Amino acid sequence: MRFEDYNPLEGKHYNILDINGEIIREEELPSLSDDELLYLYKTMLYTRTIDEKALSYQRQGRMLTYAPNTGQEATQVGSAYAMEKDDWLVPSFRELGAWLVKGVPLKNIYLYWYGNEWGSHMPEGVKVLPVSVPIASQFQHAAGIGMANNIKGENNVVVAYVGDGGTSQGDFHEALNFAAVFKAPVVFIIQNNQYAISVSRKEQTTSKTLAQKSISYDMPGIVVDGNDIFAMYSATKNAIDRARNGEGPSLIEAFTYRLGAHTTSDDPTIYRDDSEVEEWKEKDPILRFKKYLLAKNILTEEWDEKTKKELEVEVMSTFEEIEDKSDTAIEDIFKYHYASMPPVLEEQLNEYKAFLEGGK
Amino acid sequence: MSNKLNIVQAVNQALMNEMENDKTVIVYGEDVGLEGGVFRATVGLQEKFGKERAFDTPLAESAIVGTGVGMAINGLKPVVEMQFMGFSYPAFNQIISHVSRMRNRTRGGITLPMVIRAPYGGGIRALEHHSESTEAIYAHIPGLKVVIPSTPYDAKGLLIAAIRDPDPVLFLEPKRIYRAFKQDIPEEAYVLPIGKAKIVEEGKDVTIITWGAMVRDVQKASEMVKSKGIIPEIIDLRTISPMDRDTIIESVKKTGRAIVVHEAPKSFGVGAEIVSIINEKAFLYLEAPPTRVTGFDTIFPLPRGEKHYIPSPERIAKTIEDVVKF
Repeated sequence: MRFEDYNPLEGKHYNILDINGEIIREEELPSLSDDELLYLYKTMLYTRTIDEKALSYQRQGRMLTYAPNTGQEATQVGSAYAMEKDDWLVPSFRELGAWLVKGVPLKNIYLYWYGNEWGSHMPEGVKVLPVSVPIASQFQHAAGIGMANNIKGENNVVVAYVGDGGTSQGDFHEALNFAAVFKAPVVFIIQNNQYAISVSRKEQTTSKTLAQKSISYDMPGIVVDGNDIFAMYSATKNAIDRARNGEGPSLIEAFTYRLGAHTTSDDPTIYRDDSEVEEWKEKDPILRFKKYLLAKNILTEEWDEKTKKELEVEVMSTFEEIEDKSDTAIEDIFKYHYASMPPVLEEQLNEYKAFLEGGK
Repeated sequence: MSNKLNIVQAVNQALMNEMENDKTVIVYGEDVGLEGGVFRATVGLQEKFGKERAFDTPLAESAIVGTGVGMAINGLKPVVEMQFMGFSYPAFNQIISHVSRMRNRTRGGITLPMVIRAPYGGGIRALEHHSESTEAIYAHIPGLKVVIPSTPYDAKGLLIAAIRDPDPVLFLEPKRIYRAFKQDIPEEAYVLPIGKAKIVEEGKDVTIITWGAMVRDVQKASEMVKSKGIIPEIIDLRTISPMDRDTIIESVKKTGRAIVVHEAPKSFGVGAEIVSIINEKAFLYLEAPPTRVTGFDTIFPLPRGEKHYIPSPERIAKTIEDVVKF
């Protein structure tokens, strides 16, 4: 596929693997080894297990508000797998699969959702920005990182994510404009999961596609079947290659569906029909990929079952580990606002400590 | 080597020095490249350092600050310009949501050594949104430093310190006195400590705490009351946040009286904060209630009304007399 030849106004979805697990565009199938395919599949399973466990912990009152990813595993894992280690990942807040691919430990992810800032402290060499709760503001950071790459003469690329609702924000447009003007090596990915909390895609914008917003900035835009791991990987790889070659930014609309709630604090039954959810369950990215892998004898049911169980054990033990020792130290609340603590903060910390000691 | 410069020239020289000293320093914003800024603070930078390091951007304050965040994350030291402080509001989300929080959010994993420069304050007969002083809004944000020079010497030393600071600094330039006077200052780079106030004039009867363009008006007021035997001590705060409380407290303990003078609206401002600090730390030394001489709780008027708004030396002098007589 040549990115530049695609017209986002036509609304066609770039697609390689259909819902029956069959390849419909053989010439577009990326050349990935069996090991790589199994890694992608396993990471999608890992993502889902983490989600399911988080939801169950939340219902047990052991987890705080959590934003589920189920249904969007292919958009996340497929796109992030196209990145190199030195490329930057700029997430919104629903990029679990991408974080895992980029090497963010599950411990960090659970710690963050459990309410501890150490979750956003990335291990050395993991070039992943923290969650951005304000919507679309992270796109500016992606543009800036890309501009800095150009200034420094570095060949790294930035992949940034936003939801469908984020495309209505001014920052989304300002970032696309800056990236285009400065030819910043950025791949902007919209995870169009059809709802911004309760507001549906058609109430969000009158644009026929979200990808067509790229036209204003004279950058390539494409709508990709977000539940197709091959299409997500291939389109992102193509956009990353363009960026790395100095051809500037691109916009990818990953057309997908959030099978769960926006976060554990909302109720999707208020704003969408069960029938719609059932319809999307048929398009489950994991099932589709599994069918393909089984048919190609890359995967066996036994391996699948065994892996799911292993992942579950791993996820449970990680959660239990952070659950035990996750409280924020008093000093930590004060310590990280400035490189060194100003007198006023030192005083407030000491006064509070004295109060606590006096209260014993 | 030294040279005679006004504030805007001192700012320019600070940028020149630091861009020369440190290749990671990048200057950009609206009109800062080719034109050299509407106040000419960035003049000559593009010529000297090229379009890669001093450049114009599309007109979008949020993106100027937001891309600065990305630049700083990726190893550069961006010094971005908000053309006027009153134009910084579209970037407010970036400043409060990301610039000030990134270090804390990542427990020191990502830090943002960036500077946001903005001319501020009234008195130049400008349009709406060009004249206000909203330093209190920014000083209220944890994680941000707010610095305001009042002389060419301070402007250069503090701006270089801000660029070298590991934390994000909002650097507000009092445009009313951009070209009011010149000072002999070193051509080489030098730094003044951020977070440290300066005693501009030593006195004994009352402490006046002020900053930016108001420093000179307070000095005029001080001359007026000296003929009546009152000798004020004048403190130029220089850094609004984090504030040098010790210098204020020590002075008030000596004089027993305090007045805060600022151009910004009276209520909920930096003046209120300073009065609170004095009440908490020096209450038993007070011989009169600490008070404020400020702008009004109104929108800064258009040019035909601005002379009423900015505290005049006469208004300040009258308050000094009242406080000393209390």
